[in-house]
Amino acid sequence: MIAWMNWTPTVAIFFAVIAGILAVMTVFEIVSPCTERKGFLPIATTRGDRLFIGLLSAAYIHLAFLAVSDITLWVALAVSVAWLLVLLRWG
Amino acid sequence: MQKVQNNKAWWLVLPVFLLVAFSALIPLMTVVNYSVQDIFGPGQAFYVGTEWFKEVLSNERLQDSLIRQFIFSGAVLLIQIPLGIGVALMMPKSGIKGSLCLILLAIPLLIPWNVVGTIWQIFARGDIGLFGWGINQLGIDYNYTGDTLDAWLTVLLMDVWHWTPLVALLCYSGLRAIPEAFYQAAEIDRASKWAVFRYIQLPRLKSVLIIAVLLRFMDSFMIYIEPFVLTGGGPGSSTTFLSQTLTTMAIGQFDLGRAAAFSLIYFLIVLLISWLFFTAITHADKEK
Repeated sequence: MIAWMNWTPTVAIFFAVIAGILAVMTVFEIVSPCTERKGFLPIATTRGDRLFIGLLSAAYIHLAFLAVSDITLWVALAVSVAWLLVLLRWG
Repeated sequence: MQKVQNNKAWWLVLPVFLLVAFSALIPLMTVVNYSVQDIFGPGQAFYVGTEWFKEVLSNERLQDSLIRQFIFSGAVLLIQIPLGIGVALMMPKSGIKGSLCLILLAIPLLIPWNVVGTIWQIFARGDIGLFGWGINQLGIDYNYTGDTLDAWLTVLLMDVWHWTPLVALLCYSGLRAIPEAFYQAAEIDRASKWAVFRYIQLPRLKSVLIIAVLLRFMDSFMIYIEPFVLTGGGPGSSTTFLSQTLTTMAIGQFDLGRAAAFSLIYFLIVLLISWLFFTAITHADKEK
């Protein structure tokens, strides 16, 4: 399966994690539906909005690390995860 | 009365979802997959990690075309949005003249991109083109194939000619939706023309304008065929915009890994800006 179209393990893990996040968030939403609220972001957001903002900014954080430094991307990943959690909790 | 909760209809979305997955999601995943590999041919792929991204981000050719792209999109918006509003304001409100204006305005929108490029390619030529010849006869040295500024002005003019009508039509429909009572009230207050525009028409055009700005931004940001036909990206690479650089890389040089990494960055820029506009639109609707 993974050899088809030259899939690599890294990409497989990447998409599996994203699919996993989406699945968990869906179940979470069914168990306890969220209401729109206003956190430190300038707009009122739902949980899904904050997840999207978090994932999109994670992409930009990684690109910024690649563009301006030689630090390993694991640091970028840690920063992104921390930022995502902050966003989901207080955003 | 008890409201029946039945969400089974959601299953009807499944075919569309599968279709989108097949035509959009999996290809996008393939791009992500290619962006971390160096591919020479079937069965000859090497995992390179984030090397392509690093290279693309520091590639000056790409940075230059990205800057050109932003300048172009910015110029397009700065010219077309005010011009479109102006045209819409001056159009007759109804009757045969109104219909005539609408038809005339819609004509450029119906012309395919490559034809627009060809039209302007000939129109702006100094030897056989009416526009280029006319400008040269006025004593102005104009040559869009040799001069960077001329090439830019020609590409911009072409885009303005092609797409300002869209902004004008959108604004026109927005203006027609303003109830007559607003104007009557303004007349009673002896409001000036400017005040009517500033406090009645412009606020009422807000949601239409956001859509116009979004559409024009997206289209101009992805512009490919028109400058490709008109100038071929030249002189030099002065009118080579992002998508043309990308195409040269992916098809011309068959550099799939680098092109994929570049596409993803392109995609992220478009995604971010569309999201900002989308949020602005939905936010404006909520405030109402």
